[in-house]
Amino acid sequence: MLKMKEEQYRTILKHCIRGLPNEACGLLAGEADGEDKTVRKVYLLTNVDASREHFSMDPKEQLAAVKDARANGFVLLGNFHSHPESPARPSEEDKRLAYDPAADYLILSLQDMDHPVLKAFHIDREKQVTVHELQITE
Amino acid sequence: MTITVAGNKKEYEDGLKLPVLLEKEDVESPEYVTVTINDEFVKREDFDTTVLKDGDVVEFLYFMGGGAAGWHLPTNS
Repeated sequence: MLKMKEEQYRTILKHCIRGLPNEACGLLAGEADGEDKTVRKVYLLTNVDASREHFSMDPKEQLAAVKDARANGFVLLGNFHSHPESPARPSEEDKRLAYDPAADYLILSLQDMDHPVLKAFHIDREKQVTVHELQITE
Repeated sequence: MTITVAGNKKEYEDGLKLPVLLEKEDVESPEYVTVTINDEFVKREDFDTTVLKDGDVVEFLYFMGGGAAGWHLPTNS
């Protein structure tokens, strides 16, 4: 299970809405105990592709996030990005570029702006996708 | 010599080249990895000729990208 606070979810949601019409992205850091992960910090990164159907994280911001997470004693748990006009499911592009089977890949669909959908996935080396339970708490 | 890799101090032989370090550190899919040495990004074309020196601080950053490409987005919005 991946645990996240409502406030962290809101932070992700705002970042993704602010990024429209393009995709937005970021990193999640925190604590991991096997399959149980707790998000402690959300890093909002720039999508250098500035595209509504692609994202690439800014490497400089990525480096800063990695160093900050380490300095805080956190591990990188995964990343998130938005799908402004499509469902919260990994695309072929998402699967192709997923390199870490232990990471959580979160996708926030803004297809229905009144009902955003955030889901977490694991993507194994054979590119098989499984849903990872996501718990958002107060 | 001592270099710091992903926050951990490691002992390596002098004259270590970057591709060898990638191999020794079991970096998977190195084609998707960006490397920084002392916070400077190493250009891909310089990988093969980059030699580490004592005190260097090395980070491996996996390319993180993807997107909704393939979902056949509407073209008029």
